[in-house]
Amino acid sequence: MKILVAVKQVAALDEDFEIRADGKDVEADFLLRDLNEWDDFALEEAVRIKEASAGTPVEVVVVSVGPDDADETLRKCLAKGADRAIRVWEEAIEGSDPIAIAHVLAAVARREAPELLFAGAQSSDHAFAATGIATAALLDWAHAAVLTQLSVSPGARTARFRRELEGGLLHEMETELPAVLTIQLGINTPRYASLRAIKQAAAKPIELLSLAELSVAAEAVGEAGSLSRVRRMYLPEKGRAEMIEGSIESQAQRVLQIIRKVAGESAGGAA
Amino acid sequence: MSGMSGTSGTSGTSGTSCILIIAEHRRGELRAATLELVTAAQGIRRAGEKVAVALIGAAPQALVAAVSVAGVDEIVTVQVAAAEFEPDPVEAALHALIEARRPSVVLVPHSIDAFGYAAAIAAKKSYGFSSDVFQIERQAEALIATRGGYGQKVNIEVEFPGKSIVLLTIRGNVYKPPEGTGAPSVSSLAVAAVPSRVRSLAFIEPPPSDDVDMTAAEFILSIGRGIGEEANVPKFRELADRLGATLGCSRPIADAGWLPKSRQVGQSGKTASACKLYIAMGISGAIQHLAGMKHVSTIIAINSDAAASIFSVARYGVVADIFEMADALQERSS
Repeated sequence: MKILVAVKQVAALDEDFEIRADGKDVEADFLLRDLNEWDDFALEEAVRIKEASAGTPVEVVVVSVGPDDADETLRKCLAKGADRAIRVWEEAIEGSDPIAIAHVLAAVARREAPELLFAGAQSSDHAFAATGIATAALLDWAHAAVLTQLSVSPGARTARFRRELEGGLLHEMETELPAVLTIQLGINTPRYASLRAIKQAAAKPIELLSLAELSVAAEAVGEAGSLSRVRRMYLPEKGRAEMIEGSIESQAQRVLQIIRKVAGESAGGAA
Repeated sequence: MSGMSGTSGTSGTSGTSCILIIAEHRRGELRAATLELVTAAQGIRRAGEKVAVALIGAAPQALVAAVSVAGVDEIVTVQVAAAEFEPDPVEAALHALIEARRPSVVLVPHSIDAFGYAAAIAAKKSYGFSSDVFQIERQAEALIATRGGYGQKVNIEVEFPGKSIVLLTIRGNVYKPPEGTGAPSVSSLAVAAVPSRVRSLAFIEPPPSDDVDMTAAEFILSIGRGIGEEANVPKFRELADRLGATLGCSRPIADAGWLPKSRQVGQSGKTASACKLYIAMGISGAIQHLAGMKHVSTIIAINSDAAASIFSVARYGVVADIFEMADALQERSS
């Protein structure tokens, strides 16, 4: 059995940052990169299935669409238990939205032919919650989103899972395989990689694939393959809270004042 | 049923497009986010454009009254075999609906169900697409949608050049549902049954609250990852007691089992609908947490990380060590 896990190297903003001169993104220097938290849970779920499998061997393959520095994220995944890593990149992919990325991931899935494709339910940076399910549509595979529990036996033709709905209600469902499943936080507790595993991962190869090798047309990615185009990026007007400065004592004093004031108002002035 | 009983007129009236809203329902009840979309649609409709609501389900007729609100011109029911959400029949129905009606815009709640099908529809047919949109407008003919980026720290305006159909998922609690009822026309669309590869089995209620009802709490003090370890929970429980607040938490704390799931607030946790004062300690502010607490009028965020996203929704912010702050609040509130 093979599980393909799509991972993203997300970008978080530094405390201070600048919008690019063209007004369409943040200057790359101000971005801090890391493995998307949701993808960490997705990878862990795949590795646990592998480790729990008694007879059937399970291979966990991670794939990321991104430039050179995404190798760092892929090595992290290898250190956490992925067997192989694939990275797809070329200049044409720059500026892709989640659907353009899905075109690439679908091509990788066709090549790898896994029984399961996991993706994070969303990413911590842009939170489209779209890439995994768009990939499923392009593959015409069964799909489900926001899983908080999964039980699948390697070799089985179906899997059972629960997805978490609003208000904490759980929906138990069953899917045929192959399937694309997007994973919610809390489905498991992701492991930390051991120092030994990190060392070993540093020496493992990462397969680099081009669009041509995947038979993905250049029009399917980048701006041409995207379903929306960024007009501008800007700071929200009421972007920040009123900051309470000063010593910890004076900050605490001010917080207590606010609490008393709001409590007084909601009690209709009776307090 | 021979095709669309009530829409034959529409295909004859060329040029009259519509805005199509996909109603969401669960266990026989309409989900509130659906009606918010009616208000969103009113803001972007072009002259002569109708607002249509699609009801897809095993008994769509039963929900007609619930969506007959002011601002809805027509309702299209689509009967499918699955009573509860399953991606395959919903997507087949939606593809058929969009093909039949050619709406300029399709609006869907940014909900867990939509996570499971919205992007699939758009990707399959290359419709314009964006998600978690909290503002939409038309500038001349162009549709412009605004969403957040980089953990909601920036706003991003997107456009959809060359797309005659655009599908958007709309953030909840942004648009107010319309007041008053309407008298929309009702028609139905027959859609061929498709095999359902992902099948609904059962709903499981979240475990009951331990001793609190977060939905009724007016003053909540919530803790997040910043508390570091489980052993620190009692310190904040004491502080909450001292301040007269109900202790809540963000997702990672409940996932770790440090507090019961019933204490979790935010979109996937309990809706803290009565909350007026919210103190977030050590919560950086994941998107669902922020979206789930945005309605609270006074949010005080206390976090050692000045870059935490929570400061973008909080009314007051304190950059401080949460343990020192907890001590200082304990001392001074006595």
